[in-house]
Amino acid sequence: MTASRSQTFLDEVEEQGYSFFTGVPCSYFGDVIQILESGARYGYVSAVREDSSIGIAAGAFLAGRQPVVLMQNSGLGVAINALVSLNQIYDIPVLLVISWRGQFGDDAPEHLVMGAILEDLFRLLQIPFAVYDTLNFRRQLAELTRTMRETRKPVALVVPREALEE
Amino acid sequence: MKRGEAIAQVAGWLDPSFISIACNGMISRELYHQAERPSNFYMIGSMGLASSIALGIALSRPSKTVVVFDGDGNLLMNLGMLANIAASKAGNLYHLVFDNGVYASTGGQRTISSCVPLESIARASGYRRAARVETVPALMDALPVLFSEPGPAMLLVTVDSGNEPSVGRVKLLPAQLTDRLCAELSK
Repeated sequence: MTASRSQTFLDEVEEQGYSFFTGVPCSYFGDVIQILESGARYGYVSAVREDSSIGIAAGAFLAGRQPVVLMQNSGLGVAINALVSLNQIYDIPVLLVISWRGQFGDDAPEHLVMGAILEDLFRLLQIPFAVYDTLNFRRQLAELTRTMRETRKPVALVVPREALEE
Repeated sequence: MKRGEAIAQVAGWLDPSFISIACNGMISRELYHQAERPSNFYMIGSMGLASSIALGIALSRPSKTVVVFDGDGNLLMNLGMLANIAASKAGNLYHLVFDNGVYASTGGQRTISSCVPLESIARASGYRRAARVETVPALMDALPVLFSEPGPAMLLVTVDSGNEPSVGRVKLLPAQLTDRLCAELSK
């Protein structure tokens, strides 16, 4: 049996040294979170808000872990102050894994504005990002991780619809 | 009691090996002024997240005792963390709230804490213990009780509003605070 995309994704993430997972769900990550919560291998801290998950991840980093935060792009709006006044000021790195709801303007109305401005928002926030590409994911993640460790700042992996589903 | 006195009493009582995370605003400044040590982490921004950071540490290092120095304004801004902490059952997390009823660093505008019993919300959320004290003797009696059993547990300390002019800003740079706490937690 071949591993699911979500399991392959987590294997690569783990191989890059990430060891702590928290966040707020998006349906795009349903399978990933199910795997994270299904056993003792990873663990997953379900956070009440996206900025809280950024704080929880910051604590994990201070305690020697390499954190990943999963969230929907709507949650990026909630998390902005934490990213700019905690991570970027205190030099606390984190890998953000953010779904791209509203990418092609054909999503539910609440996702359309954030979907359209997402890339500009990352540039404005000075958060390096890559859009998940199945074929190049290993290289993408290695590059993002290298940037994150060199700069000690947040980086983001943007996940389009169906990229990590099944 | 004055906030500075309450924070000095608490900090003096804590074991130096405990990790203290102080919320942004006057509480960080006061802890720095009263009891600066390498196991302290002072926040300058991201209001509301001291408890989140403490939870991340507590879950990652179960053998370390983690203490949050929080304020009423900070806690009210991120009240959902009470539920998050309670649900986590982090036994090594202790939540101190210094409640002066105002936003002290923005000019003393009132918060809504006089109408909201924060310790009751903590208890209802699932904290193992939560109590309120209003005098120094009661505070000194409550501290050993607070730490005698696993958390998550809260002690809310009612303090006077007003700031001491001698309490300045934290002089360490944020990145220095990160480095020294990482070092402290790698021991």
